[in-house]
Amino acid sequence: MEGLKIVFEGNNFLRLLSGLWVTIRIALISIGFSLILGSLLGAAMRMKSKAVRAVCRAYLEIVRIMPQLVWLFIVFFGIVRTLGINLSGETSAIIVFTIWGTAEMGDLIRGGFESVPVHQYESSTSLGLTKFQAYIYVIFPQAIRLLIPNIINLSTRMIKTTALVSLIGVTEVLKVGKQIIDANRFEAPNAALWVYGTIFVMYFAVCFPLSMLSTAIEKKQKKLSA
Amino acid sequence: MDLTFITQHYPLYVKAAVLTVVTGTIGIVLSAIVGLICALTRYYKIPVLRTITVIYTELSRNTPLIVQLFFLYFGLPKAGIVLSSEACGIIGLTFLGGSYMSESILSGFQSIKKAQIESAESLGLTRGQIMRYVVFPRAAAAAMPAVSANIIFLLKETSVFSAVALADLMYIAKDLIGMYSSTTESLLMLVIAYLIIILPISLLCSVLERRLRRGGA
Amino acid sequence: MAETIIEVKNLHKQFGDNVILKDISISVEKGEVIVLIGPSGCGKSTFLRCLNGLEPIQGGSVTLHGEPVLYGKKSLTKIRQHIGMVFQSYDLFPHMTIAQNIALAPLKVQKRDKKEVEEETLKLLDRVGLAGKADSYPNELSGGQKQRAAIVRSLIIHPDIILLDEITAALDPEMVHEVLKVVLDLAKSGTTMMIVTHEMAFAKAVADRVIFLDGGEIVEEGTPDEFFDAPKTERAKQFLKTFTYSD
Repeated sequence: MEGLKIVFEGNNFLRLLSGLWVTIRIALISIGFSLILGSLLGAAMRMKSKAVRAVCRAYLEIVRIMPQLVWLFIVFFGIVRTLGINLSGETSAIIVFTIWGTAEMGDLIRGGFESVPVHQYESSTSLGLTKFQAYIYVIFPQAIRLLIPNIINLSTRMIKTTALVSLIGVTEVLKVGKQIIDANRFEAPNAALWVYGTIFVMYFAVCFPLSMLSTAIEKKQKKLSA
Repeated sequence: MDLTFITQHYPLYVKAAVLTVVTGTIGIVLSAIVGLICALTRYYKIPVLRTITVIYTELSRNTPLIVQLFFLYFGLPKAGIVLSSEACGIIGLTFLGGSYMSESILSGFQSIKKAQIESAESLGLTRGQIMRYVVFPRAAAAAMPAVSANIIFLLKETSVFSAVALADLMYIAKDLIGMYSSTTESLLMLVIAYLIIILPISLLCSVLERRLRRGGA
Repeated sequence: MAETIIEVKNLHKQFGDNVILKDISISVEKGEVIVLIGPSGCGKSTFLRCLNGLEPIQGGSVTLHGEPVLYGKKSLTKIRQHIGMVFQSYDLFPHMTIAQNIALAPLKVQKRDKKEVEEETLKLLDRVGLAGKADSYPNELSGGQKQRAAIVRSLIIHPDIILLDEITAALDPEMVHEVLKVVLDLAKSGTTMMIVTHEMAFAKAVADRVIFLDGGEIVEEGTPDEFFDAPKTERAKQFLKTFTYSD
């Protein structure tokens, strides 16, 4: 049990929490950017121009085909070295997760709007609403209702994926954990079990409520639409 | 671009790619099996097992694979359970993938309307026959898009294996970047290797999906 | 003395505290066509589902040739081979062709000879005007065609009785006729049937006996002429009025 004691000794637990905050901060910033850029992408994907749609589609496929970790390597090692710009691991991560998040968010937003049946738009314009009014009063509210659970799910995914930044040298919760384990190698040889166990629980404590929230919203909407 | 660097080092990538594909395939197949079992316990609402399945699913879905792997590789040995990198990778991927597969397969089962099952019942088919002729083929078709998305997702997730010292593609790339200054070449080979692995599977999945859709719906 | 196919005695059915059917007794003789009519929610469809063991009952009994129909029991799959059922939503299996849909039960449940089943499938499809549709998938057929195929699917197991549950309710008006024609044809050839329908003209034409259900009980019973031209009860009169446009 001395391993568990190590977790709560001194300011160790606080250090783990601030390590977790590093990845969550990266996730939150990226989610924010992705929401803005993703809305633009989503709108672009619904444009009539075939060329625009093809470019968007290509962007989406290219981003999705590679593991996020490969993108992190490309930005962190590749761009930094070839262009000579010195990017921190954290900045690289925000760039990568924004690029990825924008693609996923854009696709979600496109899907959200497409799921509102055309006759909803037609019947609102036939009531005399302008195109703009139809969007504000009829289309947006319905699309957003469908979108919210999906956006929460994507956010949860992004929070989980930011855990990868430890592999490009960002000092986040896994790194802090390792530091604590190394510092207590002799007093608590089994610290690794407890420290990594704690980190597992920490991520769960962050992501589980988000998942529950999105499930709850989805259920409520199903009731509404039934 | 240093071509000699590429010709010199690509065998390392081939070896690593094979490792990625083998561990990934085993993990994905096991995920599908775990997922099917979990989906069945939830579809038939088998008491106790169903609760365990739900707890497992939530734990698996709400934690990152890399954290799961760290726990398996660095944590468990302290409790006397020592696993190789390969075993950790496969177990971790299965732990993660099982829940994703279970959700997809379950929603495949649930997509079958009650009336379909009732009309099979009223033809005198037994429960097993209904499962075999009506539920399974329909559920497989309905779950296919989600399952193939999972397959690609899990293949990409194998990139995390390097974190537990599995000498996969990421591991080799990082090694070469660290040892030489040929960053561009190392990354290029990494990207190509992943494309060679993922692209055909992604294409195959979309072809399969289209064929299944034609048969039913 | 005619042969009794189905015997229902004092059937009682409830969902929770909500009583759906109370104290229903009917017996169906071989070759008889019984039409159940009544307002929506009177329990007609539930009644048919009880006859086929799709719903558990809380009291009374249902027997087919003297054998009890028991919800959830193993013996049910055997009994069901003698009861055909066609649903409102023509639930053909979408991943099988029409011929595969029809052949499923005779091949897998009754273990009949493949060639013989194939021949009968084609014969029956021809009889309902679907010759040439054997290899189509359900989604390539119109609603009326799907419903006729569903009728064939239940005919081929040679049931002692066929239960038809509002089989035209989901159809476009122009397709109703083609389906009802098939049912009339079956009635003429002596098929025992119990039919739930809202098509009054059809009910009058096809029925040997009309049973009027309201509020979960049998309110009136008689020949179609008696029932439609001279209903005895006030409830039946009120109900029939809703089908005419005078007030």
